[in-house]
Amino acid sequence: MAELMYWEAIRRAHDEEMANDPLVICMGEDIGMAGGTYKATQGLYDKYGAERVIDTPISENGYTGLGIGASFLGVRPIIEIMSVNFAWLALDQLFNSAAKVRYMSGGQLEAPVVVRSPGGTAHQLGAQHSARMEKVFMGIAGLRVVTPSNPRQAYGLLKSAVRCNDPVYINEHELMYNLKGEVPDEEYFHPLEGSEVAREGKDVTLFGYNISVHWCLQAAETLSKQHGIEAEVVDLYALSPLDRAGIRASVGKTHRAVIVEEAEAPVGVGSEVMAIINEECFFELDAAPVRVSAANVPIPYNHTLERAAIPKVDDVVAAVRKMFGK
Amino acid sequence: MNVADKKRLLREMLFARRFEERCYEAYVERKIGGFLHLYPGQEACAFGVMEAARPGRDYVITGYRDHVHAIKCGADPKAVMAELFAKETGCSRGRGGSMHIFDVEHRFMGGYALVGGPFPLAAGMAKAIKMKGDDDIAICFLGDAANNQGTFHESLNMAALWDLPVLYVCENNLYGIGTRIDRSTAVVEQYKRVDAYGIPSAQVDGQDIEVVFKAAQKAVKHVRSGKGPYFLELLTYRYRGHSMSDSNAYRSKDEEKMWSKRDPIIMLRDRLIEAGEITKDDYKAMDTEILDQIEDEIIAHAESSPEPKVQELEKYTLAENDPWVRGGRN
Repeated sequence: MAELMYWEAIRRAHDEEMANDPLVICMGEDIGMAGGTYKATQGLYDKYGAERVIDTPISENGYTGLGIGASFLGVRPIIEIMSVNFAWLALDQLFNSAAKVRYMSGGQLEAPVVVRSPGGTAHQLGAQHSARMEKVFMGIAGLRVVTPSNPRQAYGLLKSAVRCNDPVYINEHELMYNLKGEVPDEEYFHPLEGSEVAREGKDVTLFGYNISVHWCLQAAETLSKQHGIEAEVVDLYALSPLDRAGIRASVGKTHRAVIVEEAEAPVGVGSEVMAIINEECFFELDAAPVRVSAANVPIPYNHTLERAAIPKVDDVVAAVRKMFGK
Repeated sequence: MNVADKKRLLREMLFARRFEERCYEAYVERKIGGFLHLYPGQEACAFGVMEAARPGRDYVITGYRDHVHAIKCGADPKAVMAELFAKETGCSRGRGGSMHIFDVEHRFMGGYALVGGPFPLAAGMAKAIKMKGDDDIAICFLGDAANNQGTFHESLNMAALWDLPVLYVCENNLYGIGTRIDRSTAVVEQYKRVDAYGIPSAQVDGQDIEVVFKAAQKAVKHVRSGKGPYFLELLTYRYRGHSMSDSNAYRSKDEEKMWSKRDPIIMLRDRLIEAGEITKDDYKAMDTEILDQIEDEIIAHAESSPEPKVQELEKYTLAENDPWVRGGRN
């Protein structure tokens, strides 16, 4: 099994899907001749040409809508939006057209479009380049939302998303493109629904997604070694629809839950997971579920303040210790 | 356009007029809910343009004033009315309503309620047509007020940049809801605005179907021949308010009277009568026949059709049984 970086895994998925189906195209700002800001489309322009690897103008709502319109006629566009902050400009087309068209046409029309975009807090990018907006996308009926935490998922989720007949939003992370991990050598399609147990444990479940899975895994090691607490880590790679059964199964096993998200707490992934736990696992609980979330501020430029704004591994450890009175 | 065509178009336009007027009544009777945007006054636009294109084969998309465009593309008027009545037999299974009429079989790709939303979707359909190497075109009908949206400029830029086979048809009825065009738009002549993107354009009388047809023939020929987009501005007027909730108090009676003298149906009718092709009695008989058809077939069907089942509330939200949701077919 080869080790690939996150960006290499995404690039491989693009390449294979474009080779498989001449109606798969990719489009976005600088993704063609320049190979993409995060190299996710590197080399594809030379291989597939300007008609299929499209450098778009800086017009996010326009080109996202164009991709959606093309998808009505069977084209399978993979749209890269360079930063999730810019994706805000495309929300009208993504939410009002792609997510609703199957329903409002009574099932006649579908928009099999993939929109990929990195979010998250990287290195001193300031408030307008450090958004974590997955919680907004996951609230829209008709849109699937997935968020890979490793190269295997990044590869397999994109492969499945391209072939799925629903619009899929893939939330990537600016800090993860150089993360290395094993990706199967053979073709692999990752399910678009469900969750994965990233670490088995019996005492508490740490729910994470994308980068926060890694924080959870690190926190679990510390908790095990220093405090004798065995945490299970559940990777919620699918944010919409959320894996209710998976959440139920793990909480049913550990009876405690901590949800770790890089975004601010209000109306977030954490509040949604807590609501599910409350609705479906209330009588399983030995303690009230807890969220570890970001401060409710626009992300500051100053590095110290920036690190202070988002959760750290220590915050996860502290939250669990508090839950156990340790 | 020969005499037979003109006679047929007179009938089609009159049918559209009566259909829309009956919608008005049904709305007042509370049989139709939600928003309702009607088309009387603008008929020569949809019929003139589509007559020059290939209804049912070229892809058509528009905004919320969409019933008549769907019918001209080949949608069954019974299914359109049933949709307005929110019935399961409606063309969008009662999930869409007036603003979301769809008939994909006849390539009517929908009415959309977000002003300016269809501009990029039309360009995208044109991109797909071009990729597939077909000689179809995408036609996007929208009103003048939509042209102030960013999507207009973003889409026309891309359509021109990539020579996409899309015909943009601006039905300029002079009002964006209740705001007259000169109070909302710096350059009132819409066809001039696309010069910035190097897109050829024309402005013609949108009340005279023969004029619209001729201009549309030229426009369609340009787009179909692979020369890229074209923008056609049709000067027209809607008789009713923007929607049923619009009292229409912002327009003068004189203005309305002036436009009613240029009614697209009356103009064509009188031309045919003058040429001795039809008589006044023929026209009256045709009108009666249409009114009966609307009442006996279309309204009766909508009235008697079942509502969607509540058990199917969530149907059509996501694709059913999509294998990739589970990670493939294995």
